Amino acid sequence: MALILKKRSILPGFGITMGFTISYLCLIVLIPLSATFLRAASVTWPRFWQIVTDPRALASYRITFGASFIAALINLVFGLLVAWVLVRYSFPGRRLVDSLVDLPFALPTAVAGISLTQIYSTHGWMGHYLDMVGIKAAYNPLGVVIALTFIGLPFVVRTVQPVLEDLDKDMEEAAASLGANRWQTIIKVVLPAILPAALTGFTMAFARAIGEYGSVVFISGNMPMRTEITPLLIITKLDQYDYAGATAIAVVMLVFSFVLLLAINLLHKWSSKSQRGESSTKEKEVTIDTSLAPGYVQ
Amino acid sequence: MAGTIAQSTRSRTGNSSATNRATLESAPVRWTLIGIAALFLGLFLFMPLAVVFISAFSKGISAYFASFREPDALAAIRLTLLAAGIAVPLNLLFGIAAAWAVAKFEFVGKSFLITLIDLPFSVSPVVSGLIYVLLFGLQGLFGKWLQAHDIKIIFAVPGIVLATVFVTFPFVARELIPLIQAQGSDEEEAALTLGASGWQTFLRVTLPNVKWGLLYGVIICNARAMGEFGAVSVVSGHIRGMTNTMPLHIEILYNEYQFVPAFAVASLLAMLALLTLVVKSIVEWKAQQDVVEEDKSWSMEPA
Repeated sequence: MALILKKRSILPGFGITMGFTISYLCLIVLIPLSATFLRAASVTWPRFWQIVTDPRALASYRITFGASFIAALINLVFGLLVAWVLVRYSFPGRRLVDSLVDLPFALPTAVAGISLTQIYSTHGWMGHYLDMVGIKAAYNPLGVVIALTFIGLPFVVRTVQPVLEDLDKDMEEAAASLGANRWQTIIKVVLPAILPAALTGFTMAFARAIGEYGSVVFISGNMPMRTEITPLLIITKLDQYDYAGATAIAVVMLVFSFVLLLAINLLHKWSSKSQRGESSTKEKEVTIDTSLAPGYVQ
Repeated sequence: MAGTIAQSTRSRTGNSSATNRATLESAPVRWTLIGIAALFLGLFLFMPLAVVFISAFSKGISAYFASFREPDALAAIRLTLLAAGIAVPLNLLFGIAAAWAVAKFEFVGKSFLITLIDLPFSVSPVVSGLIYVLLFGLQGLFGKWLQAHDIKIIFAVPGIVLATVFVTFPFVARELIPLIQAQGSDEEEAALTLGASGWQTFLRVTLPNVKWGLLYGVIICNARAMGEFGAVSVVSGHIRGMTNTMPLHIEILYNEYQFVPAFAVASLLAMLALLTLVVKSIVEWKAQQDVVEEDKSWSMEPA
């Protein structure tokens, strides 16, 4: 093992804590996960390919990835706005709003699911008005986007907020005194500084949305080929005792999550680096607040 | 996690220099932006939260409380408490052990180990449940053996507990590792030199330093454990009164158009979520106090 190369320390307990950590990690996470890949390997390659490119599976990827991408875009735009408003302006109730932003992390997904369905079904508060202009939100792809927007709402706000707070106003003042108008200053000075953090938040929201299940199943109506998301397709296959099918699709999802996890780690590094460069006077390491993110990458 | 605390200790200077016209938008622009943000948050945060309570009380208070007299509802609450009661202490123990090993010692492969600890966060809840079905289900790897020995894990309580442990696996560790790392080891080394045992050092030196972060880690771990839906749904089998947790019970009631009982049970979980947010705010505030006090004691020392 590579782990034996430990630096000498007078603190006790390395052996027992490390031993427990590794065994528990293997037992709960690593062995079950590898068993899934092992199970998928028992399916022949042509069969595997046939399962994961089945029209119904392809339709589920389209709605899952499409709706997740749109929801993450909505959250990127409004997340930047909310972070800006919370950091730069003062208004009554700011602290309350600030702490409520984390609600989608803390609220169980099933609760969010039934609540959003209640709001956006034809007799609901919002669904009623949308229905009058001929838009059906619940039991439509739009409903999936709404649920995924709720789920991913805190990510961009929480990644951008600390960066905005640390941003020195000197740069903006310099830009203004050199003749830039406010809009130019924001586009050319503020936006480049918060871009890495915003992209990190965007990717986190996207990754979280792809695996989401609880909030979507209520509002989507779960129609195959139309509003059936990939996690639901896995459950459907399991209910039909199609273990090979469920496993194959799960492996596709796992591979995508791991790629996105890698992307988030790289973005995070970029974000911390550019942040450190920005404010060299502040030695604080930039950490992104994902504390409340149950499954920040889903 | 350190992030939360680091963020809250950062000065919130937003408005002290806000009078500077060069870096502030005009009042109409400002209020328009605040208005749009408020509209967005109102639509996506306040309304879903409000609907839970309004729907729960839509038939009056007695109908609300009648929802909790259902034996199935009570069984669901009991099972949720049981699953969280096992998962949270296990992950707490793991979180402390992992944080000690990772934060206090240097070894090769450390960042890889941290990534592995984070892994359950990047797995879809449905897949988290599936992996245990593939291991312990009837067609699973150990399925035959378990059946021969009459042990039921999937579609039974042990499966629910396992899935809950998996999805809440990283919370306490993630919270503690950066905190303990930031503390350094000087105080512990001093305690050991003065003759304290390893345990005493941990209990009297390390633990008090990270108590707020630890509390927060436990609270958020618990919130997720009680609210988990996807993973538990896969392994539960949905047997009423037997293997239904609160979120699964909500699903059944909602699908049976029993809206008041569904939202009544949901309101309990929504209150838990609000409580979690309150504790988060308090913990951030406490951590900020600690930093302020530390700053004071630093500035009192002669240079």
